Amino acid sequence: MSRLLDWQLATVAAIRPETPRVHTFTLRLPQWTPHRAGQHYDLRLTAPDGYQAERSYSIASPPAQTGEIELTVELIADGEVSGYLFEGVAVGEQLEVRGPIGGYFVWPARSPEAPLLLVAGGSGVVPLMAMLRHRQRAGLRNPAVLLFSIRTPEEVIYQQELEALAAADSSFILLLSYTRQAPAGWAGYQRRLDAAMLAEAVAHLPGPPQCYVCGPTGLVERAATLLQAQGLPDEAIRTERFGPTG
Amino acid sequence: MPFINKGFHAKRPTDGAHKLPPGQYETEDFPVLTAGPTPRIPLVNWEFRLEGLVENPAQWSWNEFNALPMQSFNPDIHCVTKWSKFDTKWRGVSLDTLLEHVQLKPEARFVMAFSYGGYTTNLPLADLRNGRAFIGLEYEGKPLAAEHGGPARLVVPHLYFWKSAKWVQGLRFMAENEPGFWEDNGYSMRGDPWKEERYRSDDADAPTDSASFRL
Repeated sequence: MSRLLDWQLATVAAIRPETPRVHTFTLRLPQWTPHRAGQHYDLRLTAPDGYQAERSYSIASPPAQTGEIELTVELIADGEVSGYLFEGVAVGEQLEVRGPIGGYFVWPARSPEAPLLLVAGGSGVVPLMAMLRHRQRAGLRNPAVLLFSIRTPEEVIYQQELEALAAADSSFILLLSYTRQAPAGWAGYQRRLDAAMLAEAVAHLPGPPQCYVCGPTGLVERAATLLQAQGLPDEAIRTERFGPTG
Repeated sequence: MPFINKGFHAKRPTDGAHKLPPGQYETEDFPVLTAGPTPRIPLVNWEFRLEGLVENPAQWSWNEFNALPMQSFNPDIHCVTKWSKFDTKWRGVSLDTLLEHVQLKPEARFVMAFSYGGYTTNLPLADLRNGRAFIGLEYEGKPLAAEHGGPARLVVPHLYFWKSAKWVQGLRFMAENEPGFWEDNGYSMRGDPWKEERYRSDDADAPTDSASFRL
């Protein structure tokens, strides 16, 4: 009897560098299941002596991309799993995965027409990108804002695709904030998330948004608290936090 | 023949004094995972309740709760997101102590822990007895921080840490097992890290048809 979350052997179909420390792995799955934007897969590595390491990685691809998933992985210093993925894995090789997993940090959760506020720090943008890609592929045009905090220009994951999306879709607004170093001539935000920034992000939308916040703990704590202070109800604020996972 | 990733080896062998459950790795941080904003509970409004299948529901204010006998606990803890942390240092009130204050009805076999902010998680009653669970009030010698579940958190270290409900407000005793928040979202009803019961489909009695499995 086949269980729903069995481990399966995926084949690496493509590896795409997003930034120097972030790569996207396209995995072809023998048993692909439609996922919801925001869900993740578990990935398991097994050593010859039987030692196993597992990590969870958010799905970056939309459910309309059938038969395969894209996992965007950040290289962590001394990372046992990310280190192996960056150095030891080539196109055509196999990786054990199971999923999709997670039923709360998913969009759409209620009405797909409701305004959407996405707040990301660093690689926390990955599950939010799946939401934006799903929104685009499904032809949804609900007002949406992505407020994306990164340290430096080299760290903007999906930059070209996000800028192209913002240029092509007037219902989507991209707000970048560089916290350490901005590109030359940058006129946008250059600071950590604060109350004024979140108030402006909310003001771009025609009504109270559904909020999804993903990134390091400090950013998520701050953003969620500031969104509460904007008068948004707790149930409209969904969070996913992670420190580095190796 | 299990699948092997060629060239993959453990980078961080543990010191041998502690054992890691399958698929876990050791961290020295204390990561924070929560589905929504962190509730802030003023201590003057705080209360803790034991209710449901009890002859006499019990309730404590913050001061009353802090007057209960406290103990130190130094458990290893294991999060379903794969990190484990060894030798965490807590002070709190054992569930055995709390259970002395109520007369449970004979049919009580399961517990729903409920929290400020609306979080819930379900556990078998047996997992809360015999020194295996406590309400943690202090962590590393200080009052438990809100982001880690303060002012008070259920701690059941032999199960994955989502069972250790942050911001706990009380326990409801039940005859039948009912899913809490993450359990309703596809996570295990028991959550034993040594059996790697992460998801509902890892449970021995997991449903095998997708209709009864909402992930």
